Amino acid sequence: MSSNLVAVLYLVSALLFIFALRGLSHPESSRIGNLSGIIGMIIAIFTTLMFKSVLSYYEIGAAILIGGAIGTFIALRIVMTSLPQLVAAFHSLVGLAAVFVAAAAFYDPVSFEIGEIGSIKTSSLIEMSIGTFIGAITFSGSVLAFGKLQGSISGKPIVFKFQHLLNASIFIFVIFLIIIFISYQTPTIFWSIVLISILLGFLVVIPIGGADMPVVVSMLNSYSGWAACGIGFTLSNNLLIITGALVGSSGAILSYIMSKGMNRSIINVVLGGFGGEQENAATNDNSDKTVKKGNAEDAAYIMKNADSVIIVPGYGMAVAQAQHALREMVDILKKEGIQVRYAIHPVAGRMPGHMNVLLAEANVPYDEVLELEEINHDFPMTEVSFVIGANDVTNPAAKTDESSPIFGMPILDVEKSQSVLFIKRSMATGYSGVDNELFYRDNTTMLFGDAKKMCENIVKALS
Amino acid sequence: MDGLSSEIFVSGLTVFFLACIIGYYVVWSVTPALHSPLMGVTNAISSVIIVGAILASGPYGYDISKIFGIIAVALASVNIFGGFLVTYRMLSMFKKKKKKRIN
Repeated sequence: MSSNLVAVLYLVSALLFIFALRGLSHPESSRIGNLSGIIGMIIAIFTTLMFKSVLSYYEIGAAILIGGAIGTFIALRIVMTSLPQLVAAFHSLVGLAAVFVAAAAFYDPVSFEIGEIGSIKTSSLIEMSIGTFIGAITFSGSVLAFGKLQGSISGKPIVFKFQHLLNASIFIFVIFLIIIFISYQTPTIFWSIVLISILLGFLVVIPIGGADMPVVVSMLNSYSGWAACGIGFTLSNNLLIITGALVGSSGAILSYIMSKGMNRSIINVVLGGFGGEQENAATNDNSDKTVKKGNAEDAAYIMKNADSVIIVPGYGMAVAQAQHALREMVDILKKEGIQVRYAIHPVAGRMPGHMNVLLAEANVPYDEVLELEEINHDFPMTEVSFVIGANDVTNPAAKTDESSPIFGMPILDVEKSQSVLFIKRSMATGYSGVDNELFYRDNTTMLFGDAKKMCENIVKALS
Repeated sequence: MDGLSSEIFVSGLTVFFLACIIGYYVVWSVTPALHSPLMGVTNAISSVIIVGAILASGPYGYDISKIFGIIAVALASVNIFGGFLVTYRMLSMFKKKKKKRIN
């Protein structure tokens, strides 16, 4: 195949990838988008298989089949609550693959036309080292993020003295290694770069708490793109550069949106330490106040007599697997002629858009699910806000109390609705460790118990 | 850096920055409700790194570089199949309100 034809086919594949992302602007067009991504990938793979230097079809075919079978198996089995772990695990594979491709290019530079062993072109060496560095960080960072999300490693941030100084020194050391690598090109230095980058990946994610995971997962998404870019530069392959840049900027934008949803800068999240058990001065302020407790019958009565209800789901709903019971409850309310909608905070769930997927899985139509900006001005006209498994994202302290750690965070204005129903296991604070004054208001009714059981009981009481 | 390789690098850099700009606009147009599928798709397409892996495992015979290549092909394939499939699963759940159900 002529190199021009290859370039054209790679271009087609890159364009199909762009369409794949573009399709996600609306659920209607999204499926076609996904399909165009698949076609783009098939074109990319077959074009590469047509290269004159590619001869070992059996080995490659076997590797694709084995990897594909594993991927298919995992993707079919995964429950949607565990989506963030899955994505983290997948990112780690991209990172590792990038390291292996860089290693292959280093050991066999002739096949990649970047020079000969011992005298690889300087520019290629720099690009290769950067790809390896980012790939290895993506790998270990994602493995750790996976462990934290899965719960096999404590989600608490691990903070120690001189942490940032240590990370900075390691980073400088890696740059130093890369410079030596460029002049000496020995395997020992190459693998040292890999190992130290892996260490750095662990150290970067270790101080970040479980609740900041949406930002971390998006960041690693971004890194996996930049790693692909680095390899693309090494191989002078435009398809890899374009795709890597698309993925990299996508992850970067998602991280930005997520940290904005928590009113924190990305730097602040990366430096970590948030989301642990912090001593909070404000915790005891409300100890003398009382809350109004209610049961499922009360909740059923309040909602039945309302015209409009807004549901505010949080991660607690997903943990309790309450989404199906919740949808049943909403179905009954809708039959009574009550307008019911869902309000989603940008950081609800453990990854961007997680809550939307969980609700969609429970057969909630997507046009009933609204984002914060779309629905926030409707709360004053709403009779009942039904908060299930969420806490911090409704806390008015974010607007009024400058000393609060969540001050400035955008919140859902449930306080403005006529009455608020809160399903909670206990009076425990949210992940920020801040008490919610909303619990103590006159128009708030607390429904203590498991979210799923409570919804089921409300369903019984309604029918 | 000799003239040719720096020329290739600069053209790569051009492509890189233009692609970042396209990425910026395309990703901002993605509806927030579909941010999880977006991660699924980007995860799958970032495995286009398989192109480099295939080139590494291309030649006859076995050397260390080929073994690295084949491992990378397998790793990227997990992602490609897994990423697109899990995105498909997510997207097929997003449904519009049904027009008045008849009971």
